[in-house]
Amino acid sequence: MTDPSSHWPRLDDLVLDGALVRFGDRVDDAANRAAVAYAEAVRAEALPGVEEVAIGPVSVLVRIDPLAPERAGTLARLRDLLAARDWPSAAPPPGRRLWTVPASFEGDDAPQLAEAAALAGCSVAEAIAALTAEPLRVLSLGFAPGQPYLGTLPEAWNLPRQAGLTPQVPAGAITVAVRQIVLFANPSPTGWRQVGRCAFRLYRPGGEDPFPLRPGDLVRFEPVSPAALAEAEARPDGGAVCEAAP
Amino acid sequence: MSAALTVLGIAPGVTVQDEGRPGWLMQGLSRGGAADRLALAEGAALLGQSPACAAFEMVGAGGRFRAERALRIALTGAEMDARIDGRALRWSASHRMEPGAVLEIGGARRGSYGYLHVGGGLDTAVELGSRAAHLTCRIGRRVAAGDSYATGPDPDPEGRAQELAVEDRLAGGTLRLVPGPQTELFPEPVRARLETLTFRRLPRASRQGVPLGAVGGEAGLDGAAGLTVVSDLVQPGDVQVLGDGTPMVLGPECQTTGGYPRLGRVHPADLQRAMQAPPGADLRFAWITPAEALKLEAARRAAASDLPNRLSPLVRHPSEVPDLLTRQLIGGVVSGHPDHHPLDPEPESR
Repeated sequence: MTDPSSHWPRLDDLVLDGALVRFGDRVDDAANRAAVAYAEAVRAEALPGVEEVAIGPVSVLVRIDPLAPERAGTLARLRDLLAARDWPSAAPPPGRRLWTVPASFEGDDAPQLAEAAALAGCSVAEAIAALTAEPLRVLSLGFAPGQPYLGTLPEAWNLPRQAGLTPQVPAGAITVAVRQIVLFANPSPTGWRQVGRCAFRLYRPGGEDPFPLRPGDLVRFEPVSPAALAEAEARPDGGAVCEAAP
Repeated sequence: MSAALTVLGIAPGVTVQDEGRPGWLMQGLSRGGAADRLALAEGAALLGQSPACAAFEMVGAGGRFRAERALRIALTGAEMDARIDGRALRWSASHRMEPGAVLEIGGARRGSYGYLHVGGGLDTAVELGSRAAHLTCRIGRRVAAGDSYATGPDPDPEGRAQELAVEDRLAGGTLRLVPGPQTELFPEPVRARLETLTFRRLPRASRQGVPLGAVGGEAGLDGAAGLTVVSDLVQPGDVQVLGDGTPMVLGPECQTTGGYPRLGRVHPADLQRAMQAPPGADLRFAWITPAEALKLEAARRAAASDLPNRLSPLVRHPSEVPDLLTRQLIGGVVSGHPDHHPLDPEPESR
């Protein structure tokens, strides 16, 4: 095998599980955008034998019934589609949304904000501004259902994970490491530092659209006081508002 | 619907499981469902119902259940001590419970995951298209003493008790491994050596996965273990190599993404073998080619649809009839050999 890092993207036939299309070997915005755009294009084709199209941080898994008679044709079409465009520079697929999420960056809601700001080399006020100024993209969902990895933050936020684990952060914890934010769906131990908290619930059991976020969506945190966040708890989606992304 | 079954007592690892909920990988939810999916299909065949029916999955030990009305049950997967009102029951078989009868299921004799199926399937709340508890994702909960369960309509309430000739998968063996997109990160000598090693499950095995320790030393996989690979989508059956070189076969409740290098994928025909292996059972890996993997998948599906043809009416051995001495036996002849005469057609097979 030649050095795989020299030719992205690549499509692997997983035999039992369809195809894995990878756009890089590290998490970066371009590879992630490519995955989101390619997955949307595959979905739009509604190819025979396809059971699921899932987006990872920099990859797309197209699950195909291994015994479907159309398997070979579908794989060929996936290859053609991959070669047809420069996916990292593809425009974001239509239908993505911008979520504005009220979040508190004060007191008990932000137990490690000062520590994280120091590691990033800025003041607490500058840190809040850096984390909330621009919408972040949902790179992928994982670890718990509906739980987003958001990015990408400026290079100063390339913070290592903590050596030890925080025994438990609450649901809604906004945590930071490696130029990304993870918004926790459930109470959980973590090596990421908690810098804020919101009331947005990432899984809505029984709802028509049980997982509000999709890869490619944009999320912007809106700083509010702890008292305002307490009020937001009672509102649908913890006060998060969704609109079509510009 | 009114309760069919009440839980009188329960071991800690009992949940309701079905075929799980595929299709939510991108949202961070792994498929979940029964650790031994073949056992689900076997229970469905024994009761003549859909393999989509939900059943109790019992990890290591079962519990006590009271029938609130007449119902049919089936027992599959890991073999456990089971009795109805003190009468020993055959495993991999279906049985009848009369109203008020108490079913007692003890510890596993072979295997890890046993299943208690009921005619019509357990009728619990459906969440995201499935009744399966997915505890790591906080869907559903453990079965608790005092719980009552309703069932769906039994397709054949008067159905005969049956038994099923099952494929043995409860005591370790060989796991056929399909190469995956990261297999070549492991040098050829490492991949070849893998087939010569014997593994045993480590104590922390769970529905999330089965970590394996090499018998008599090191697996020699740690050379690749330090590799940084980008987090990617993972699925049940994938074999990840953890930071310390331990291979781990991912189970139905695994996470959806993983950043450890993956050796390959345990073929779905053998995943239940990995999940069922009790502590101390030997497990080995054998590579198969993509062509072999496809052929095996076709065979696996054919075997699953053929299960109803492997049923036979359940007949009880004398040793299983507790009140033998009180019965009128034809001609008064009792064989001393339990293997000889299936003397007594099971009353429940009327």
